[in-house]
Amino acid sequence: MSQQQSATMASAVNAVGEAASRQLNEFLTFRLGSEEYGIDILKVQEIRGYDNEAITQIANSPGFIKGVVNLRGIIVPIIDMRIKFRLGNAEYDQFTVVIILNVGGRVMGIVVDGVSDVISLDMEHVRPTPEFGSIIDTKYITGLGTIDERMLILVDIEKLMASEDMGLVNQALN
Amino acid sequence: MSTDLEQFYEVFFEESSELLAEMEACLLGLDVNSPSMEDLNAIFRAAHSIKGGAGTFGFTDMTEMTHMLETLLDRLRKGELKVRSEMVDAFLKAGDVIKDQLAGHRGDGAADPVVVKEVCDELQKLSEETADEGAVDPISRASQAVYLHEQSVVVATATPSAIEEFSDITVEETSATGNANHAVYQIEFSTTGLSDESKENLFFNLKQQGSLETCPESDEEVCRLHLTTSAPEEDVWEMLAFIVNPAHLKIEKCTQTEEYQAGTFAAATTEVVNNAAPHIEAKPSSTSSAGVDSAPYGFFPGAPAAPREQEFSQQTQSELAQSSNAADQINLAASSNLNAKAAAVETNSIRVSIGKVDQMINLVGELVITQAMLAQTASEIDPVLSEKLQSGMSHLERNTRDLQEAVMSIRMLPMSVVFSRYPRVVRDLAAKLNKKVELKTVGEGTELDKGLIEKIADPLTHLVRNSLDHGIELPEKRIAAGKLAKGTITLRAFQQGGSIVIEVGDDGAGLNREKILAKARDRGLPVRDDMPDQEVWMLIFEAGFSTADKVTDVSGRGVGMDVVKRNIQSMGGRVEVNSVFGVGTRITIRLPLTLAILDGLSVTVGDQMFIVPLTYITESLQPSENDIRTISGRGRVVQVRGEYLPVIALHEVFNIRPKSSEIKDGILVILDADGHKAAMLVDELVGQHQVVIKSLESNYRRVHGVSGATIMGDGKVALILDTTGLVMSTQ
Repeated sequence: MSQQQSATMASAVNAVGEAASRQLNEFLTFRLGSEEYGIDILKVQEIRGYDNEAITQIANSPGFIKGVVNLRGIIVPIIDMRIKFRLGNAEYDQFTVVIILNVGGRVMGIVVDGVSDVISLDMEHVRPTPEFGSIIDTKYITGLGTIDERMLILVDIEKLMASEDMGLVNQALN
Repeated sequence: MSTDLEQFYEVFFEESSELLAEMEACLLGLDVNSPSMEDLNAIFRAAHSIKGGAGTFGFTDMTEMTHMLETLLDRLRKGELKVRSEMVDAFLKAGDVIKDQLAGHRGDGAADPVVVKEVCDELQKLSEETADEGAVDPISRASQAVYLHEQSVVVATATPSAIEEFSDITVEETSATGNANHAVYQIEFSTTGLSDESKENLFFNLKQQGSLETCPESDEEVCRLHLTTSAPEEDVWEMLAFIVNPAHLKIEKCTQTEEYQAGTFAAATTEVVNNAAPHIEAKPSSTSSAGVDSAPYGFFPGAPAAPREQEFSQQTQSELAQSSNAADQINLAASSNLNAKAAAVETNSIRVSIGKVDQMINLVGELVITQAMLAQTASEIDPVLSEKLQSGMSHLERNTRDLQEAVMSIRMLPMSVVFSRYPRVVRDLAAKLNKKVELKTVGEGTELDKGLIEKIADPLTHLVRNSLDHGIELPEKRIAAGKLAKGTITLRAFQQGGSIVIEVGDDGAGLNREKILAKARDRGLPVRDDMPDQEVWMLIFEAGFSTADKVTDVSGRGVGMDVVKRNIQSMGGRVEVNSVFGVGTRITIRLPLTLAILDGLSVTVGDQMFIVPLTYITESLQPSENDIRTISGRGRVVQVRGEYLPVIALHEVFNIRPKSSEIKDGILVILDADGHKAAMLVDELVGQHQVVIKSLESNYRRVHGVSGATIMGDGKVALILDTTGLVMSTQ
């Protein structure tokens, strides 16, 4: 392949990539209490039903950490976001699901009130976050998206999960 | 083509490392007084294979080094020289240099050019100097020398380089890869369908092998070449077949010469000429018969080589005489090379990354869990209705178990991988310390997890060095003590239950109880005169503890034994010392079979299950109310066999609601972690399991009191207790 050709190809690839970032950001939306949140779909590994039986509690851990489960041979911590953010009643019903995330090489599950949809959002339609309104610290919120009449809170889940608040990594200990 | 070769580098590196190890093993096993031909051949083959590989990849430094080795080895093999211990030393040193060079090409350090030079010189000196000790009859040598003298060529400037000046062909041949064991190949192939580029590549590669000449007969379609190289015919063939259609490829071997050998020989014989003067005139006839008048011509089939014959025939008679001799040798070498190749094919193995194996082990672990879950579900069905299902389940169980065992065994390596490095360590160190030591290894076939194999090597080296330095006495001392002058260090490995036991034993001086106690007192360690031996011996593992009178570069600084102990403990193992003063010392290491599996006792507290590593449990008992005392109303101790042990109530540590908070309703598990004891209160003992250790930290964080997690038969996660941490928190 000549150099010129490869250069053309590369720029074509870039163009596609740019187009994707401009238009085709996909988000998994889920409910926490009455609020609706969205996270980058690429961070989601899978979605599982909530099974309290399978969870092994970990002593002396904060209440929002439900414990650990065996996910095909790896030990995965389960975090109840509703308890963490004191959103509604942490009830476990047939809609309660665990979203298994893969962020920064770590696998973890978050308990939410139910997943609703996977939506594509044009980043142009995302509004910056005002300095109030959400229970989640605004520094973890990338923006507010609107679909029809609904408002979607877009969360930088990677940043949130790695944060000290969550105490999921060793830095929080000691 | 050179870029194509890069993908084979790793294979070459691995193979060379193995060959070097093999060579070293052979050298160490070599009996200097009566060297076995088989060993010498094996060493030669190893050197030769490395040289071949290095040549292919263009690692000229390695080619040169191995070539030197080969030259000397070849003479030994032919019985022209006698094996001496300096030679073995030189070979070992050369092996080290090649190892360094190999590491250099790997991009990991480099060989010290000074050392390389030294070793080269040494090898050169050995192969030259010792020539006059050769096994050749002195008279015939003398007479050959006379002949040389008459021709008045080499004699005056008896060095190999002098020989090189002889004729064009010699210079040509030596320029490429060295100067021995060369063969001339006549190569003929069809160039139809070959691009200019690939032809150029081919010529380049061939040139790296040796000297290349294009025959005048070459035309557009058929290319005829002369290649003078030390590479075996198969290598040349492979290289060509890579590019040229093998159907149109013809390689013919013409002849071999050994200028270098002739050179050194001539060098040596010059001296003999003068010494053996009286014999000179007496034996002219034997010289001419050795001159092999027409025989050499037989080695030059085909017209294109004809002009060379003239040049050859002008060379010294001795050289020609040797070349016929050398022809046989080369054939021999070629055939042994073939054998080596055949052997390589037989060792059917593939290199797989550890990551893949671990993934497989994980998956199989999952399969076992799934199978257990299925079995449990199936057992709930009425067996009358599900006879086929039940028999299928039992098949599945057996198959999964077999599969798990098979997969686990992939990670297992024999102990010989580690043990094989110690003969060298012992040999070098014994020489340095003027001690006579024999190393015995038992149970090299015992298999151990690869991860453990890698980690155990350093502590073992330390123990072996210690045994040699402190254990084994000097020969005079040993004889005075009524022992054999030669000490013995025994390395033994065997499996005992779920653990692997490795012993390092010596028949040396043994540990001196009084000296250790005195030293411990000096250092302010809490010791008593009536301490049991076992505890006294364990003092040697204290940091900074040394009873050596003087510090040497081998040992005596007191750094090490504590590191040994720590390393072994980090592998989940234990160390024990047995010693009798004046008789010897034995250090025993116990390791779990693999890093990934742990023998554990499952206990429950409330509704939670925990795994306690079995190695820390000494006993479990049901306490009676009288045994339990409180200290200042809070801390509790329990009296077990006259000892008061602190009680760790697991439900308190983990904030779990227990079945009963009364100590007498629970069970006490007595733990012993590094000599610190404690009693752990649990609700129930469930059973003993081999559990697969999973990290909690990979996705979560460290949890106090927990060292890891595992997955139980029902698919649930159980936490493995950090016994040492728990016990220490009570001290």
